[in-house]
Amino acid sequence: MLRLAPRSAPSRALTLAAPFVALALTIAVGAVLFLALGHPPGRALALFFLEPLRGGDGWSELAVKATPLALVALGLAVCFRANVWNIGAEGQFIAGAMAASWVAMRATESSHAYLMLPAISLAGLLGGGAWAALVAVLRDRWNASEILVSLMLVYVAEMLLGYLAYGPWKDPEGYNFPQTITFLPVTQVPLLAEGHRAHVGLFVALGLAAVAYLFLFRTYAGFQLAVGGQAPRAARYAGFSARRSLWTALLGSGVLAGWAGALEVTGPLGQLTPHLPVGYGFTGIIVAFVGRLHPFGILLASLLMSVLYIGGELAQSRLGLPQALSGVFQGLLLFTLLACDALASYRILRVPAQRAGAAAVPS
Amino acid sequence: MLAASVSAGTVLALAGLGLLLNERAGVLNLGAEGMMLVGALAGYAAALHLPAGLTIVAYLAAALAGAAMAALFGALAIGIGTNQYATGLALSLFGVGFSAFVGAGFVDRQLPERARDGLPWLRDLPVLGTALFGYHPLVYGTLLLAGGIAWFLFRSRAGLLLRAVGESPESAHALGHPVRAIRLGAVMFGGALCGLAGAYVSLAYTHLWVENLIAGRGWIALALTTFATWRPARIVLGAYLFGGLTMLQFHLQQRGVQIESHLLGMLPYLATVVVLVLISRRAAWIRHNMPASLGRVFRPGT
Repeated sequence: MLRLAPRSAPSRALTLAAPFVALALTIAVGAVLFLALGHPPGRALALFFLEPLRGGDGWSELAVKATPLALVALGLAVCFRANVWNIGAEGQFIAGAMAASWVAMRATESSHAYLMLPAISLAGLLGGGAWAALVAVLRDRWNASEILVSLMLVYVAEMLLGYLAYGPWKDPEGYNFPQTITFLPVTQVPLLAEGHRAHVGLFVALGLAAVAYLFLFRTYAGFQLAVGGQAPRAARYAGFSARRSLWTALLGSGVLAGWAGALEVTGPLGQLTPHLPVGYGFTGIIVAFVGRLHPFGILLASLLMSVLYIGGELAQSRLGLPQALSGVFQGLLLFTLLACDALASYRILRVPAQRAGAAAVPS
Repeated sequence: MLAASVSAGTVLALAGLGLLLNERAGVLNLGAEGMMLVGALAGYAAALHLPAGLTIVAYLAAALAGAAMAALFGALAIGIGTNQYATGLALSLFGVGFSAFVGAGFVDRQLPERARDGLPWLRDLPVLGTALFGYHPLVYGTLLLAGGIAWFLFRSRAGLLLRAVGESPESAHALGHPVRAIRLGAVMFGGALCGLAGAYVSLAYTHLWVENLIAGRGWIALALTTFATWRPARIVLGAYLFGGLTMLQFHLQQRGVQIESHLLGMLPYLATVVVLVLISRRAAWIRHNMPASLGRVFRPGT
């Protein structure tokens, strides 16, 4: 009979090792999965985990995907630390992208990039922030579960995106495809290097990671937020405002997700289509946890997760496997990580059978 | 219209009843969407390989698949005490990916035609025939189940114990009851019903499998448990109401009402938000009805 006993302090080694142990377990399960599907696991795993790292173009594509993931996850880390369960970052991402597109479509040949780009980013921030503010209002004013409201608003945002792309925003010369006009070059987010898709959004993400770090660990507001998340009663006793934490967390994550959407639609995509959402908002949840809700951890985790994204695309194009495979790996990674985390603060004890009965009786 | 609403509502009712039971035991499983998807796929795959008369086995397979998913959740969230929110989310994300991955081979495969639903003769009665007797057996099964669960929860000793575990696991543990085993059982039962609900979608409702077939119904079912203030009869009622709302959008389209289909498609999700707000507004009332330990990890001996 097995029993869980708390450790006197969480094992520091295990806490740090958990993401790596989780990754190793995920790869092991992945190998079994490939074997079961009749693909030689060595080749398939190399394709999944190593191939995306090859060459300059590989790294550029990694940055393209890691940027929105990091932005979304940074915001979610603030949320989850405050014990606010915003799982609708996908909707806030779409809202930001729609708002940014609205601005981008208004650009003309005579627009200036140094006006256009800040305006697009601002629109993205506002769009994502507004979408999250809806959740905050309903939670704050009427006590509605932020989990369910934020998630329902994802579907609403997807429908709204479909409506705009099929209806009022459709490119009149687009052969009836559901997409907006191709945005003018002046709206294009500057690229890091000619011929690669990686853009300056990468620096936005890096900068914001530093900002998030300072906010969470070096400001009083960040401290209040974390206390409210871990010990609501202590926070109330100390006079910290739970409402302010709620709003900070939701607006912060909404704004970052919206910015990610703006960068995506005016960066790699260059136009708004119903295919914009590819799950960055949901994967961002995993990135936040794998990064231990720590800004620098999140940067690493977003890189890892974008490897999985690209690995999935490669598995599709070269092995004919469905792209959903990356989703399987992502889910597995979160499972194993949660398990490793629990075992960092608890240890499994073997209790002899006759004592197990005695142990069940409360002392 | 009525028949379609009842049919759409049955999906939500089945899943909602399952989730109700595991929430009454104090466990919040956000993995409903994932369990329904995997159930829908398992049922569909089984039905493709079985002769037409054995559809019931396909439903059984779906329930088993749902229960297996729930057991995975239970092993983590109840067994070693991981955060229920995060673990449930992981289950949903995993279920979405896993079902899409395994189901890729089933996308173009059609199920054979099904016999007409309902009770022979009775369904041909004039006026109320189809409205009362023309449904899939699971529609009636769901109603019976709701009655059964209501009886179990409020009239049986085992149900009292389950509620006690949800209200105060510490007290139940102190009385010598196996809290975690009861919770695991409740979670697996919830998973089985979610799987069944998923199979109802793929086998009786759409007759096909596509990626992300469930399209948020699992989340709506989760919201439903709150709307219903954790009571079985209200779950069924609420589910039919939502079924009606979903159907309203198709109905309006058929009538040629000039509203863009995407805007109409928002209806069930917006309605969920509105109802959630209306119900949650009275915080004290929700707190009074909510199982007191909902979402909290219980570790014996700490």
